[in-house]
Amino acid sequence: MKHTLSVLLRNRPGALSRVTGLFSGRCFNIESLCVAETYDPQISCLTVVTRGEAAIIEQITKQLHKLIDVIKVNDVSEGEFVEREMALIRVRAEAGTRAEVLRIIDIFRGKVVDVSPNSYALEITGSESKIKAVIDILKPLGIKEIVRTGKIAMARAPKK
Amino acid sequence: MSKMKGTQAIIKCLQEEGVELLFGYPGGAVIELYDELCKSDIRHILVRHEQGAVHAADGFARSTGKVGVALLTSGPGATNGVTAIATAYCDSIPLVVLTGQVPRALIGNDAFQEVDIVGITRPCTKHNYLVYDPEELIPTLREAFYLAASGRPGPVLVDLPKDVMASLLTYPPKKPIKMQTYQPNVNPHPNQVEKACRACLRAKRPVLYVGGGVILSGANEELTTLARRLNIPVTMTLMGLGGFPGTDPLSLGMLGMHGSYAANMSVAKSDLLIAVGSRFDDRVTGRLDAFAPQARIIHIDIDPSSISKNVGVDIPIVADCKLALQAMNAWIDKSGDFNPREVAELHQPWIDQVKEWDDKHPLTYVEDGDVIKPQYVIETLHKLTGGDAIITTEVGQNQMWAAQFYKFNHPRRLLTSGGLGTMGYGLPAAIGAQMAFPEATVVDVAGDGSIQMNIQELATARECGAHVKIAILNNNYLGMVRQWQELFYNRHYASTVMEITPDFVALAQAYGAVGLRARTRAEVEPVIREALATKNVVIMDFSIAREEGVFPMVPAGKATTEMLLV
Repeated sequence: MKHTLSVLLRNRPGALSRVTGLFSGRCFNIESLCVAETYDPQISCLTVVTRGEAAIIEQITKQLHKLIDVIKVNDVSEGEFVEREMALIRVRAEAGTRAEVLRIIDIFRGKVVDVSPNSYALEITGSESKIKAVIDILKPLGIKEIVRTGKIAMARAPKK
Repeated sequence: MSKMKGTQAIIKCLQEEGVELLFGYPGGAVIELYDELCKSDIRHILVRHEQGAVHAADGFARSTGKVGVALLTSGPGATNGVTAIATAYCDSIPLVVLTGQVPRALIGNDAFQEVDIVGITRPCTKHNYLVYDPEELIPTLREAFYLAASGRPGPVLVDLPKDVMASLLTYPPKKPIKMQTYQPNVNPHPNQVEKACRACLRAKRPVLYVGGGVILSGANEELTTLARRLNIPVTMTLMGLGGFPGTDPLSLGMLGMHGSYAANMSVAKSDLLIAVGSRFDDRVTGRLDAFAPQARIIHIDIDPSSISKNVGVDIPIVADCKLALQAMNAWIDKSGDFNPREVAELHQPWIDQVKEWDDKHPLTYVEDGDVIKPQYVIETLHKLTGGDAIITTEVGQNQMWAAQFYKFNHPRRLLTSGGLGTMGYGLPAAIGAQMAFPEATVVDVAGDGSIQMNIQELATARECGAHVKIAILNNNYLGMVRQWQELFYNRHYASTVMEITPDFVALAQAYGAVGLRARTRAEVEPVIREALATKNVVIMDFSIAREEGVFPMVPAGKATTEMLLV
């Protein structure tokens, strides 16, 4: 089972390495990892996507809590949540295909962020499946490079 | 506010934390701190290898319950301490380890004696720090002591760049430490306490399974009260020995790989397992699916990550063991639903069954004429010290024989590397304990292999007047590995024969210590008597039955009921 954990940690030197060291040292899996400062510059938010049975996820959560630099661990995938990932994709765009690339990126509500005589760099945001769909569709046109952010996630606010 | 030099501030802070004794080894990065330290009234014990310094601090901590402190220099000084830091980490021992570091401007430049010790020790400390801002030096040290001793204790390392220690700083006033990210839960939840009590009172075949947490939290009296009033047998892990009196009729001794037959059978047949400050280690459980298969499980532990880690728990209590057991005793006192005396009677048939197992296969060994059996050495040691010595051990057969045959009646009397299994632990730990209790009898039960891992500390012991006694159970083998090879590798003794072993008597003399030798059973008692009466470091070299094994034994990966017996 895939889980998305949102981890708040003190923005201190070495804090990130405590988290990644915990995962590697205990053979927990990391599918993606994304970390940046929060609204409070003293605190970072780390989003980690991992995989495991319930007991493993429970251990991961408890072990993360045990780290002195960790403030809060939230398994956002336990409830309703929004997740986003961004990809920058450089795709071949020559005379015959330039219009086709633009049409595709328009359908997916992406943007062109860099242009060269024979390529476009595209920015695309969305869920993992959306990013995958874009990549699949662009593949026959010739993808030259992909850079992805990894996932960030936020639990949905209660509706009442 | 007036400024103070970093090194002076460190000493002042250590004094405020109540440190009277520390163990260390100087070097370039800490030379200024040593200059200040040796002007203060804090006693410094100079070891002969940094591993010894941290083990000695660990022995001090285990025997006293206070935080042990070690001081090492940068680079190799710090890395030499790593095994001992990991040893303390695995057994949750409170330590503060101070390491020197190269000046800030040189960090990351591959400077002389520079190593990223914070990176290296990240997975084997409870927490660690590199102090970069001089104004953070004292708050960091205070936090280190607080972290080491509170919650589930553990070693904390503070890396101190040389120029930070030489800086002028403001000495901040002491105030209570509050950390947003660290608030261990020590108080048991009343509902869980009630559930646990009701389960204890209803169970027909309960067993208390007690670990090092009971020693660390000082819960031995509460535990003893609970066990005796409800008539529940008690088995202990290696780390838990002494948490309940070993000579009490309810004691089953140790469980697990080299546990007693009665202990392992009781756990296997129990209907309620009450785990207190223990962590379901693989050496205790054997094959997991066969561990306590019929039992409901109560688990009291201060560390939530210990609960349901290896074995699913029915009634978890996240709390300090002492407070949790106090709460259970109090609940039983107040509850009108049960009469503890009736419950004790209800458990009697179970106690009878446990006794029957113990009578059938007691912990024993076979005497062999004049040959010295190691178990006999431990028994004699127990007799001649009134069961009241502080025993440290090395790791291997010596450790297991000490655990099985020295019946510990009090906590903090067995100092042994349980989790990590560090050979070379016993001698420096004995020095640490002896420095804490100068009048106590401190004996390191050793093997001829492991004693050589930190034998250099004989000089430390002599120098600081720690009159420790070392009992070497000498079989010219790395005995525990040899035993496995005998049983599971067709007696192929690959690299376990010690062809050259020093003459330990002569070696003791070379250090100005006393060396005594026993070659026959009859010589054992006089040698121990003489050692105990000698005001000096003494090595006792016992030539034991070479191929004696530790039994019972549960082969790795087997169920704990599948014991090989004597």
